Amino acid sequence: MIVLEWLFLTIAPCDAAEPWQLGFQDAATPMMQGIMDLHHDIFFFLILILVFVSRILVRALWHFHYKKNPIPQRIVHGTTIEILRTIFPSIILMFIAIPSFALLYSMDEVVVDPAITIKAIGHQWYRTYEYSDYNSSDEQSLTFDSYTIPEDDLELGQSRLLEVDNRVVVPAKTHLRIIVTPADVPHSWAVPSSGVKCDAVPGRLNQISISVQREGVYYGQCSEICGTNHAFMPIVVEAVPRKDYGSRVSNQLIPQTGEA
Amino acid sequence: MNFSAMLSQIELKTAPADFRFPTTNQTRHCFTRYIEFHRCVAAKGEESNECERFAKYYRSLCPGEWIERWEEQRENGSFPGPL
Repeated sequence: MIVLEWLFLTIAPCDAAEPWQLGFQDAATPMMQGIMDLHHDIFFFLILILVFVSRILVRALWHFHYKKNPIPQRIVHGTTIEILRTIFPSIILMFIAIPSFALLYSMDEVVVDPAITIKAIGHQWYRTYEYSDYNSSDEQSLTFDSYTIPEDDLELGQSRLLEVDNRVVVPAKTHLRIIVTPADVPHSWAVPSSGVKCDAVPGRLNQISISVQREGVYYGQCSEICGTNHAFMPIVVEAVPRKDYGSRVSNQLIPQTGEA
Repeated sequence: MNFSAMLSQIELKTAPADFRFPTTNQTRHCFTRYIEFHRCVAAKGEESNECERFAKYYRSLCPGEWIERWEEQRENGSFPGPL
């Protein structure tokens, strides 16, 4: 029963960090999928090298013994082995570098025009999100603050220090542009499931383009130490079907424009 | 304004990717769009509808706080850009 409970509680959130988690969170964007694939590719070589080097090391320690081998061989030069141990590592490095650079540059590239722009503005210690694509004047029509929910107000099933009062609603399977910037000190906007960790630097606008592939709620946290409440400004992205996005946005727009 | 009218207004459209600003750093993208809008207004006059798209672009890209500050600076004549 305890095991079941533990399994259920740890697996339930899926797109949030879980206790004692060692692996990745499930990928929600092609970018995160690419990062995970690269990680596994590199781990293949990593383990290969680990086994090989450990074997040499253990073998050397085993044989370099005053009783077993009183007069060790002293080879200081060997052309064949030197050529081999130069070329072989270079080939391994190439096999690591090529997919790594391919991923790095493809993550940076904006292939198609984004459909919406969301501004994620970090404050000490909350986040403000601006949806300004639908504005017809400089007045901000859809801007909201996103605060963490205090521990005492949590409802059953909500994650401590991860839940916020106002989530960022984005359409799924749509190209998004997220502009990350702070209003005071450096912050960071990081959502592991979407493969995003973007620093927010004062006076600078950083752009990330993502496309969330499945509907869901994705959790992230501030990843740049930004003061006392650094741990209490999480990020919650809610990806909704594209057809529902319009009504979600207009629902939030109406109370503000309706008064005017 | 009723609900359905509002819903039909929501069109998934934003400032396009600009080949002048291909990197992660989009600070100049926002600033340039802001300047482009005001130059456009200066050239074509307030009534012209052609400038509206630049306004949409800079509103999409720039944080509201920045726009407010620039508006203030333009009023005071201390705006740090070619207008």
